[in-house]
Amino acid sequence: MTRAARRDSDDPIPIHDRAIEDLSFIRDTMERAALVTTVPGWGGAAMGATALVAAVVASKRGSPAEWIAVWLAEAILALGIGGMAMVKKAEIRGAPLKTRAGRLFAGAFVPPILAGAVLTAVLYQANLTNFLPGVWLLLYGTAVTAAGAFSVRAVPVMGACFMVLGAAAFFLPASLGDAAMALGFGGLQIGFGVLIARRYGG
Amino acid sequence: MAAKRSAVRVEEAPRAAPAAPKMARTSLDLDRLIHERVRLAIVSALAVNDELTFNDLKRLLGTTDGNLSVHARKLEEAGYLACKKSFEGRVPKTEYRLTATGRQALERYLAHMEGLIRTTRGQ
Repeated sequence: MTRAARRDSDDPIPIHDRAIEDLSFIRDTMERAALVTTVPGWGGAAMGATALVAAVVASKRGSPAEWIAVWLAEAILALGIGGMAMVKKAEIRGAPLKTRAGRLFAGAFVPPILAGAVLTAVLYQANLTNFLPGVWLLLYGTAVTAAGAFSVRAVPVMGACFMVLGAAAFFLPASLGDAAMALGFGGLQIGFGVLIARRYGG
Repeated sequence: MAAKRSAVRVEEAPRAAPAAPKMARTSLDLDRLIHERVRLAIVSALAVNDELTFNDLKRLLGTTDGNLSVHARKLEEAGYLACKKSFEGRVPKTEYRLTATGRQALERYLAHMEGLIRTTRGQ
C-alpha cells in the first residue's frame, strides 16, 4: 500500500515511515528557517548606497541610451553585491543555499526580473524610456514580495513599498524618474537593509 | 495544516512483528514534547537561528497565534526555549531562543529517528 493510500485509511502509519517523514520535516523546516534570515541586510544597504551614486550619475547623462547604460551597470553591480552578501551570510550562519527553499526563493524572484529585462528592451525601442523607473521599481517590488513570502516580514513589506513607489512613478513627471529610483533602490534598500541587518544578524 | 499533520498517529509497534517489544520500548522513549509537529517545527527553526520573534515563527510555520503560543509555552516550561519579552515602541515583541537543553533534546530526537530507521531497515 502506498503511503498516501495508507494516510487515507485509518490505519496507523508504520513507525519507520513516520521516522522518515519526521526527518524530512525537520530538514525542510530547518532549510526554510535558515532562508528566513539569509536575506543580506548589510548587502542590501550597500546595494542602496551604489544606487544613490547611480541616480546622481544617471541624472547627468544626456541620451536615454546613456541613462539606461548607467542603471544597467548599477543593476549588475547590485546583483553581484547582493549575491555575494547572501552567500557570505549563509556561510557565516552555516546555512546551505542550495536547498528546496532556496530554489523556491530564486524561482519567485527571477521571473519578474526577466520580465523587467524584456520590458526595458521594448520600451527603449518604443522610445518610452520615461516609463522605465516605474517598470523597474514595480517589477523589482514584485520579485521581492514574491520571494519574500519565504522570508521575514520585513522583506515582503519592502517589496510592497517598491510596488507602491513604482506605481506612483508612472504618474510623476519624467524629470523625477531618477529621484524615484534614488528613493526606491537607494532609500528603501538602505532603510530595510539596516533593519534586516540589525534584527537578523547581518 | 499543522493540526492535520499532528493528527497522524504513530504506530507503537506492529503486534505481529518479531521485534515488537524492542519497537514498543523505542517508541515509548520518544520525547513526546518534541514529537508533536508544531513543537518539532519550532525547535527545528530555532536550531538554525539564534533567535526568532513570535511573528517570524508564526509566519514560518503558518500557524495561528493561539496554537503557536500554547506550543511555545510547553517548550518553555520544559526549559527547551528561552523567551524574551520587550517593547518595540508601543508594540510588544516576543523573541524565542533554543536553550542548550532544547538543542540536546532535538539532537537526541534526531538520533532516535535515525536509529529507528536503521533498526527497521535491518529487519
